[in-house]
Amino acid sequence: MKALVCVKRVPMTGGRIVLTDDEQAIETKHLGFAISPHEECGVEEAVRLVEAHGGESVVLTLGPPDAEEQLRDAMAIGADRGIHLVTDGEEWDPEATAGAIVAAVIADETASGPFDLILFGNESADSGGFQTGLRVAYALGRPCATGLKAVAVGDGSFRCEQEEGGGRNVYELPLPAVVTVLEGLNLPRYPSVPGRMRAGRKPLEASTPERPASRLERARLVVPAGESKQAEILGHGADAASAVVDLLEQIGVTS
Amino acid sequence: MNLCLVEHLDGVATDASLQAFTLAAGLGGETHALVIGPGGAEVAATIPAAVVYVAEHDALDAFAPDAWAAILCAMPSRTGVTAIVAPGSARATDAMARAAVRLGEPLAANCISATPGNPLLLTRIRWGGSLLEEARLHTDCALLTVVPHTLPAVAPGSPGAVERFTPELADADLVVRVRERVAPPAGGVSLTDAKVVVTGGRGVGSAEGFVVVEELAGLLGGAVGCSRAVTMSGWRPHTDQVGQTGNKIAPEIYIACGVSGATQHIAGAKGAKRILAVNTDPEAPIMSVADYAVVGDLHEVLPAISAELRRRRG
Repeated sequence: MKALVCVKRVPMTGGRIVLTDDEQAIETKHLGFAISPHEECGVEEAVRLVEAHGGESVVLTLGPPDAEEQLRDAMAIGADRGIHLVTDGEEWDPEATAGAIVAAVIADETASGPFDLILFGNESADSGGFQTGLRVAYALGRPCATGLKAVAVGDGSFRCEQEEGGGRNVYELPLPAVVTVLEGLNLPRYPSVPGRMRAGRKPLEASTPERPASRLERARLVVPAGESKQAEILGHGADAASAVVDLLEQIGVTS
Repeated sequence: MNLCLVEHLDGVATDASLQAFTLAAGLGGETHALVIGPGGAEVAATIPAAVVYVAEHDALDAFAPDAWAAILCAMPSRTGVTAIVAPGSARATDAMARAAVRLGEPLAANCISATPGNPLLLTRIRWGGSLLEEARLHTDCALLTVVPHTLPAVAPGSPGAVERFTPELADADLVVRVRERVAPPAGGVSLTDAKVVVTGGRGVGSAEGFVVVEELAGLLGGAVGCSRAVTMSGWRPHTDQVGQTGNKIAPEIYIACGVSGATQHIAGAKGAKRILAVNTDPEAPIMSVADYAVVGDLHEVLPAISAELRRRRG
């Protein structure tokens, strides 16, 4: 099993989003960064699949030089090596991102053999385009199932499950395939200290692709109005119980 | 001319589809609709479009996203549409993304408004709705999906005409196809349908600490939820998670206990009619989105509420 997982570096926004003065980005001066949540589960799954079946797991990101942090995080929990498509920090749209990833995949497969499975998050936490994985799958001519909450490798086939309407849809894909996954697929492990030490020494290949113009052109970002309310304080501690039950009765949810 | 993809469930067009139709109709010109799969003809009779196209094919009884994409891609030459609009459901979004690749077009996912013109002016959501993006889409055939529950649904009405057709599908369009459907587990109140949701956050402190949350939810016939911090700590399963990457809930009242109120969490609770926050910190971000608040330790407040409910029931 040779698995590739593609991840995106996103800010941890906390309680309130603040924009830069030019309204083109989130002000990240005081924020930490992480792998976008769905993809964190993608990394864990790639590592588990290789633990179970042998092979190699590779992690790829397209992002600024600092995104090496997310590649090292993925390598700390078990990914074997990294591919960094380095940008100047400007946002790449889904078409451009997929194009650069496809070129990197073809180059890597030419050098060291095909990936059985390529994992993406179903959508990124920040821009939420819902399409990068599918674009890569189509360009490579591989089948793709999206929004997966369970995956299992069988004899030459790949069984995966999608939640819908409380139930589950089951797909069986031939390999090689591309999948996009959702948080809840697994519970990602925390990196150990030795894992972190090893991650620093794992191979990381960097290149700098060119960003093409976008047909979906961002004009500006806006924090939605009307988010801020002043909550009515019903009371303090256990003494508030009576006021809370009054409220629940008034809404009609106590019977 | 615009085309709206209308999804249907149990013989009825979904609300999200009828909301997407509203956005499509706002783009000006005639609005046509596309319905795919068994039961489509009955659904078509309720859609107030100039023409409703009904795609019928034996292979469409189970969802096959590439087949849906193939059908969507045949529509511009069939109808001369310049915009295809679909609801932002998982299925429709998947099919639209595939159609975008096949047509060589961008896809603008999760729009809340669109102003006609070239470029098309769009507003779409980021961060699960915590941030908006205003964008210009440069293309001759715009592909958009619409965030559910932000626009009014178009009222049902009779179509000008209904055209049934059998699409041409290649074997490759049916490789990815639902093989088996596992029904939802019986019993219990689902988080997404519950009238009351009681959620515990990091402030609950442990898996065992959820006893007080479960007790209150049980008394109110509601569902138990949790924040991402709780799931990541392994205290509750991810199926209980409320948030951008968990469940989107829409209860009459959402009781958020020991939840700080990160944007990731609030993105899943925007549909709640009212929010009651129980938190020791009166300055927590949850307080600025809550309608009501109790300042205090949830381990004291929740048992007191449960006791009061029992006392009044006698």
